[in-house]
Amino acid sequence: MKLIKSLVLGAALLASSSFVWAADQFIPLLSYRVGPYGSNGTSFFGGMIDYMNLVNINGGINGVKLIWEECETEYNPSRGVECYERLKSKNGGATIVEPVSTSIAYGILDRVATDKIPLTTLGYGRSDAANGKVFPYVFPLLTTYWNQAAAMVVYLGEKSGGMDKLKGKKIVHLYHDSAYGKEPLPVLEAEAAKYGFELIKIPVAPPGNEQQSQWLQIRQANPDYVIMWTFGVMSAVGLKTAQRNGFPREKILGVWWAGSEEDTEPAGEAAKGYSAMSFNTPGNFPLIDEIRNKVYSAGKGNLKELDRVGNVMYMRGITAAVMMVEGLRTAQNKYGKGKTVTGEQMRWGLENLNIDAARQKALGVSDMFPTIKTSCDDHEGSGAVKVVQWDGKQWVAVSKNWITGDKALVRKLLEESSASYAKEKGITPACMK
Amino acid sequence: MLYREAGQFKSSYETDSQIFPIRQDRIGIALLVVIAFVGVPLFASPYFFSAILIPFLIFSLAALGLNILTGYAGQLSLGSAAFMAVGAFGAYNFMLRIPGIPLIAAFILGGLCAAAVGLLFGLPSLRVRGFYLAASTLATQFFVVWALTKVRWFTNYSSSGVITAQKMQILGFDFDTPVAKYLLVLVIVSTLGLLAKNMVRSNVGRCWMAVRDMDVAAEVIGIPLMKTKLLAFAVSSFYCGVAGALYAYAYLGTVEPEAYSLDLSFRILFMVIIGGLGSVMGSFLGAAFIVLLPVILNTLAHTTNISTAVASNLELMVFGALIIFFLIVEPHGLARLWQIAKEKLRLWPFPH
Repeated sequence: MKLIKSLVLGAALLASSSFVWAADQFIPLLSYRVGPYGSNGTSFFGGMIDYMNLVNINGGINGVKLIWEECETEYNPSRGVECYERLKSKNGGATIVEPVSTSIAYGILDRVATDKIPLTTLGYGRSDAANGKVFPYVFPLLTTYWNQAAAMVVYLGEKSGGMDKLKGKKIVHLYHDSAYGKEPLPVLEAEAAKYGFELIKIPVAPPGNEQQSQWLQIRQANPDYVIMWTFGVMSAVGLKTAQRNGFPREKILGVWWAGSEEDTEPAGEAAKGYSAMSFNTPGNFPLIDEIRNKVYSAGKGNLKELDRVGNVMYMRGITAAVMMVEGLRTAQNKYGKGKTVTGEQMRWGLENLNIDAARQKALGVSDMFPTIKTSCDDHEGSGAVKVVQWDGKQWVAVSKNWITGDKALVRKLLEESSASYAKEKGITPACMK
Repeated sequence: MLYREAGQFKSSYETDSQIFPIRQDRIGIALLVVIAFVGVPLFASPYFFSAILIPFLIFSLAALGLNILTGYAGQLSLGSAAFMAVGAFGAYNFMLRIPGIPLIAAFILGGLCAAAVGLLFGLPSLRVRGFYLAASTLATQFFVVWALTKVRWFTNYSSSGVITAQKMQILGFDFDTPVAKYLLVLVIVSTLGLLAKNMVRSNVGRCWMAVRDMDVAAEVIGIPLMKTKLLAFAVSSFYCGVAGALYAYAYLGTVEPEAYSLDLSFRILFMVIIGGLGSVMGSFLGAAFIVLLPVILNTLAHTTNISTAVASNLELMVFGALIIFFLIVEPHGLARLWQIAKEKLRLWPFPH
């Protein structure tokens, strides 16, 4: 009886506009909506905000309302650090931060450990940060560059008809000549030694507006596959130059930052049939429909262009927001439902994240991203990816199942790299007590 | 009324040639120093230190470095960020490879590395001038960033080419709080600032200005062109190098070479142009303009109720408009505006 009474009361409260929130949970948003990557940032943060709005419309997290504030970073590390410092102690303090920029993530890497605010880096950043004993407050959730590279090798092996068929094959790694493009090299080199394929490394200096000589070199080498580890304008130019030089795009496999509409649409016809990695399954999901119905129809949607709702970057924003909200929920389950979660509690929440198929179904995101289960040892939680293909209008999944690479190899590299970081910084690796 | 030098007589060469000949200026500067060293640490919040004051001081130092080269010696350079990178990676490697090296020594050695690179890339300035020199310093920018990503030794074989600054410690004291970092940066910047001010007032600075105004004439009156130009490159790069090391150690913490991109070089050049070419104070004003104004605009935009997408774009537009406005009002920069204001103040309230 009591239960029914409280339910009725709750419903009445929900219906009336004077709904009383149990507490507030502040989320700082280090967004970028202007500059060269502005369109990426707009879609990504649009997705995050839409999901948070939806959560609030549905009553928050156990009655805790999500509140947020944006700060423009222009994808510039020094602006990003300023934004982080400005927002971190507002409204009772920040609990989680996701800058979607490698250089900003690096700029606040040390700060988040001191401030005890978890930093998530979905699909970018330091791969060795997956070792939570050394990087307690950094979470490269879902997958890192190293696991992506390992998965690429597995996919190419399957495509050739078995991993043993990779022997003697030639694979070109065409990469953005920066920390970002060089990140997968240790994994690719180890894989090349293991499976006996030849790895040809060809750097492109950013921004990569001109790649004629690189593609001529590729033509000459006549490789079996080209891995395109590019970013920004470099991806579209790479595809166009490949077409001009008559290199079949079916042999090109892009990294996920070269796998959004922003990369293929400028390349036009040259991109049709090109495949790239992704940590999201493209397509429509019940959650996206719910956002359209509840958020956009109420005029609360964050994006002005409705056709962006559901694009690749938007889905990544949604994924990041789902991880965040599930982390908050997990933390609340342990530390008290209906209460504001602190940074340290959020760390526990993210370290004990478990989104299985059933939970995904309940959220309306079945198979949108791989199932994830994190721990103190493994801040990544999955490492599985999909291959998607651009059919000229939209991305479609090529691989039905999620692909995982040689995780043991990645783990070994990760342990070595994080151990040397711990030594350099004088960190004693430890888990949360 | 207040700002008047009537009755202040100079009776010796020393008093006549001091940095601030007017008593009111001396009082003002003394007040500023007291506020910066005592007042600010007592009252400012950690946000203010770590997000506003530290980057402001670091960029002021970098702008000062470029101002020595471009404003005083007249050699246009687009490589400031590259020299900053050399300073940062130099300091990192000295700290890493020489155990127990004092922090300040590492910064100085890092700065000296930058000076050496500056000397090398300053050589074309002996033959080419103006825009052509700018293009050749552009080569520094690309070469340094390329070399730092290419040669893995510089980053201690880090797989992604990223360096993590070591702890800052002097005589057992850890500079890990925002206030401590601020004070360290402030001491370094004010020392180097004072040094620069004296340098440009001395023989060296006069040679630079002579070369800037007309290098053939300067050579005719006996100023060695090669030595003067290369010295300007070396000193300027040293300043940028120290600024770069501070940027890595006191501000960002973990840096990739890409953080010192061409974009940063341009920002520093704009600081110098807006602040005032050939003025030490202009470097500080310019850095304040470029670093602080966007933050202020951003904060203002968020207090109003417009959507964030519009606010972000609006912020850029207002920023651009303000740059144009200030350059139209005074093409010689903010420092010149300040100077005009001072001249007017001297006559106020009875102008001729």
